[in-house]
Amino acid sequence: MTSTTEPTETLSVEQLSATTLLRFATAGSVDDGKSTLVGRLLHDSKSVLTDQLEAVERASASRGQEGPDLALLTDGLRAEREQGITIDVAYRYFATPRRRFILADTPGHVQYTRNMVTGASTAELTVILVDARNGVVEQTRRHAAIAALLRVPHVVLAVNKMDLVGYAEDVFGSIAEEFTAYATELGVPEVTAIPISALNGDNVVEPSAHMDWYGGPTVLEHLETVPVSHDLAHCHARLPVQYVIRPQSAEHPDYRGYAGQIAAGTFRVGEQITVLPSGRSTRISGIDLLGRPVDVAWTTQSVTLLLEDDVDISRGDLIVPSKDAPPTTQDIEATVCHVADQPLTVGHRVLLKHGTRTVKAIVKDIPSRLTLDDLSLHPHPGQLAANDIGRVKVRTAEPLPVDSYADSRRTGSFILIDPSDGTTLTAGMVGESFASPEPVRDESEDDGWDF
Amino acid sequence: MTTVATIDEGTDTPYALSHLDALESEAVHIFREVAGEFERPVILFSGGKDSIVMLHLALKAFAPATVPFALLHVDTGHNFPEVIDYRDRVVTRHGLRLHVASVQDYIDRGVLKERPDGTRNPLQTLPLTEKIQTERFDAVFGGGRRDEEKARAKERVFSLRDEFSQWDPRRQRPELWNLYNGRHAPGEHVRVFPLSNWTELDVWQYIAREGIELPDIYFAHEREVFRRNGMWLTAGEWGGPKEGETVEKRQVRYRTVGDMSCTGAVDSDADTIEKVIAEIAASRLTERGATRADDKLSEAAMEDRKREGYF
Repeated sequence: MTSTTEPTETLSVEQLSATTLLRFATAGSVDDGKSTLVGRLLHDSKSVLTDQLEAVERASASRGQEGPDLALLTDGLRAEREQGITIDVAYRYFATPRRRFILADTPGHVQYTRNMVTGASTAELTVILVDARNGVVEQTRRHAAIAALLRVPHVVLAVNKMDLVGYAEDVFGSIAEEFTAYATELGVPEVTAIPISALNGDNVVEPSAHMDWYGGPTVLEHLETVPVSHDLAHCHARLPVQYVIRPQSAEHPDYRGYAGQIAAGTFRVGEQITVLPSGRSTRISGIDLLGRPVDVAWTTQSVTLLLEDDVDISRGDLIVPSKDAPPTTQDIEATVCHVADQPLTVGHRVLLKHGTRTVKAIVKDIPSRLTLDDLSLHPHPGQLAANDIGRVKVRTAEPLPVDSYADSRRTGSFILIDPSDGTTLTAGMVGESFASPEPVRDESEDDGWDF
Repeated sequence: MTTVATIDEGTDTPYALSHLDALESEAVHIFREVAGEFERPVILFSGGKDSIVMLHLALKAFAPATVPFALLHVDTGHNFPEVIDYRDRVVTRHGLRLHVASVQDYIDRGVLKERPDGTRNPLQTLPLTEKIQTERFDAVFGGGRRDEEKARAKERVFSLRDEFSQWDPRRQRPELWNLYNGRHAPGEHVRVFPLSNWTELDVWQYIAREGIELPDIYFAHEREVFRRNGMWLTAGEWGGPKEGETVEKRQVRYRTVGDMSCTGAVDSDADTIEKVIAEIAASRLTERGATRADDKLSEAAMEDRKREGYF
């Protein structure tokens, strides 16, 4: 195994270009040491440059602090520095010889649940921090629930501040066991638990000298080796049409290409496809991968499909293999996270953006709201406020080909938009989720009380 | 590590895209979303490497058709001649339409005043925002990257600006999956950053991989420069050198391109793309820290300028 601390300058252009990209998110409560962990990942992977460190040192000194406060590396806005907290998601970048990383650094406060949802929506991995002294707390369960809800494929439990519990194996063991049991119940497919001290650098980038009993990877080693591609053999192929390319030039008088980013699966030349919602079918006669013809293309490549027949296709349509088309529906039931300050109510007229299509829709029902602390369902809450997670039934003005979010994060997700001012209201995940294992019973229908 | 059959050379698992392919695909998706949803988009084009990469991506996104966007150059009047020359050649070669917002015009008309320090960077905001209003641009592509600066790390890919072009970091729309929300009221517009997730090194690796031509000033060359505020500035009519500053010939190159008054050169003998990449990979300074005077004005200089409508 190659050393993870090898500086990038020893690598050639070819080596640097061949690395893969991992998008991941961090989650942790206010004092769990998230900033320290992020700071250490950036610092120890040599991603903090001298002038940035000097700026932090200057700012720390002007506040009368003795050492450089690494949290200032990540808190970028005036309001954040004033309050000493992270308000919004920030994206950070670092690299090792093996991989490039996009880190969605999300705030831990309860009132910023929507920001964790934002960060997790594009993440392939989430690092959830806990303080070894406190173990699994309410906030940890909330973070695990969001990771499960957003179907983040890999979850890392970083048990931090191991130095403050004497690097004790049994402390780590019981926290890891409790968390893994809880996460598995939520449907999280994979949990990797790592005992760390972000402050001292144990098991973050370098293996710890204090925990011989731990035989697993460091945080960075795990980030470098976790698989980022999916088993496409079992994926439904989906291409939302973004734009029709028609040069109408002397050189290309008849070129008509359907451009889009493959949301899931693979497409091959010669394959029979169906266009939704119209249901017309034809075959793929060619695939252009940004100007270069290819025989096969897969998620998440941006491509242009050429078809055998002149089918009427425009932006918003979905191209799928004829043998594997999703049903179209105007009634969507989904788990949602409400991300706007104004509440979502039954009867609300909204716009729904799914893939490349935006349609009118109406909120027909809000059957339940989820209490993240104990995963209990509150029936018919009447509305969803900011940061609430709940079940919603939406009726759309036109039929949409939707997948279950469990099958496809891209074609199973949507956003609701306020048509009056364009505000992004709600993030939606189509289909069943762990949050609705049983049909919700309406308390008002209970006839147990008879006065 | 287990070895698995590979389809794409260089990646460790089947169907995984290399990081450059993933970034390219994402940027192309963003260009096509804007083309599909907006009426009058425009690409901010400075002739710097980021805007050159943006244009290259746009050309690929719509090939074999032409790019369905015009270019907009905010001309400070203190340009590197090599960059203006490059700009004009690109516009002609690809049959593009070029809009120019001129700082010098505003100074000549008495609307803007020259600053005592001679830098024109902050003066760009008014010509830019007025041009957006008069041309009714509804989507404005910028080459900004989140790795450049910590306020930019908070920037969305689709960033709504009010009728005064102002950015309010506390009122940003959450951005979920790749479902970008481009809704805006009349008079408002959306700044779009297709290179959000790229780093300086990614940009250079991509330039190398794609064989993209750049203005010569990015590569080491002999140049007459003088020292001010710890940076090598190019001597010229814009206001340097002053008394006590002496011009000397040095082997330098630029890491960023902007107004001559505040963009510094670095000592370098990197005269090829490969050498430039090796130099950046080994550098312990960010490109802005090394070469931009205006960002050093205060801890929140970038945030404050972005709030006012700067790119």
